[in-house]
Amino acid sequence: MTTTPSQTVGPFYSIGLCRQSDDVLDPEGVELSGTLFDGRGDPIRDGMVEVWDAAAERWGRSTTDGEGRFHFRVRPDADVLEAFVFARGLLRHQRTRIHLRDDGAAEDATLVARRTADGFLFDLHMQGERATLFFAH
Amino acid sequence: MTGPYEGPVVLPDDPSLGPEVQVDFPGYRSTRWRAPSRPLETLPEELHSLRGPVFGGSAIGPLDDDLTRQHDGEPIGERITVSGRVLDDDGRPIRGALVEVWQANACGRYHHEVDRHPAPLDPNFSGAGRCLTNEDGRYRFTTIKPGAYPWGNHPNAWRPAHIHFSVFGRAFEQRLVTQMYFPGDPLFPYDPIFNAVRDPKARELLIARFDLATTQPEWSLAFEWDIVMRSTPFEDADE
Repeated sequence: MTTTPSQTVGPFYSIGLCRQSDDVLDPEGVELSGTLFDGRGDPIRDGMVEVWDAAAERWGRSTTDGEGRFHFRVRPDADVLEAFVFARGLLRHQRTRIHLRDDGAAEDATLVARRTADGFLFDLHMQGERATLFFAH
Repeated sequence: MTGPYEGPVVLPDDPSLGPEVQVDFPGYRSTRWRAPSRPLETLPEELHSLRGPVFGGSAIGPLDDDLTRQHDGEPIGERITVSGRVLDDDGRPIRGALVEVWQANACGRYHHEVDRHPAPLDPNFSGAGRCLTNEDGRYRFTTIKPGAYPWGNHPNAWRPAHIHFSVFGRAFEQRLVTQMYFPGDPLFPYDPIFNAVRDPKARELLIARFDLATTQPEWSLAFEWDIVMRSTPFEDADE
């Protein structure tokens, strides 16, 4: 059978997909935040990021806010998170990875989160010189 | 989704959009600055077989599958049921899949602060629902038929009536966000989002089937729509 095609999540997904605080993977965890940028360097205010801590089987979802920022609370000792990016203007969600350790395991320099005083920072760039690496899926 | 785009021309390609970028569709303007510009990387093999999140019954409230009963009064509009199966591409049902939906009201207005379409909001309609597929992979929603609505993509742009669907299967890769359309919509040829699926046969997979057999007499019209996700290694193991 042919798989059903993807369509954009559109601008109004939050009424259906964001009815609870889904951004906490670990209540005792640390902050993982970042900004989703478009090809002009503008923040994407109607985007959504889903992350999956496969080792601990913990999932989270965060919409981007008025500054294009997303937030999660994640296990401080997680090595890597699988991630999907959704947005108006994306015909299909994009898959990437967020490495919380700079241990040489990252597939690309754009996939390594930066440590901050209280957690991690990971920006996503859809295009441009700092464009994030996405995986075919 | 390969093959030439054979549908009617939605918009002349606008030179100001610049060269087409990957997974971009020129008629849908927002893709221009949002589609990934780097070539997609091949995923490491072991990452094709990750289990995904499992959502149990605790994720679902008692009225989550009936969008007509979430307020004190009934929403205005044509009452419909939308049901179908979530299958893998071998035709096997995917049980316990989380299906989330959202939609405009009968007038084509979303219950969302960003929606400025000057059509009335319906105080009895939020337009969101969720359910888990049953043992046969079936989902079912009761709702009202959404209206078409204008959007700013190009002059006189209108979206055909649609319901947004989000589905989680069992594996992390079994993740789909898409839109379900209604049969015979006159706006199909003019909608760049619908036509961004360039293979006409694949576009047909986005259109529900009117189903007289499951229509409830004196109550609601029925539409049937199956969702097919790629197979994963897990279904065999769980049989």
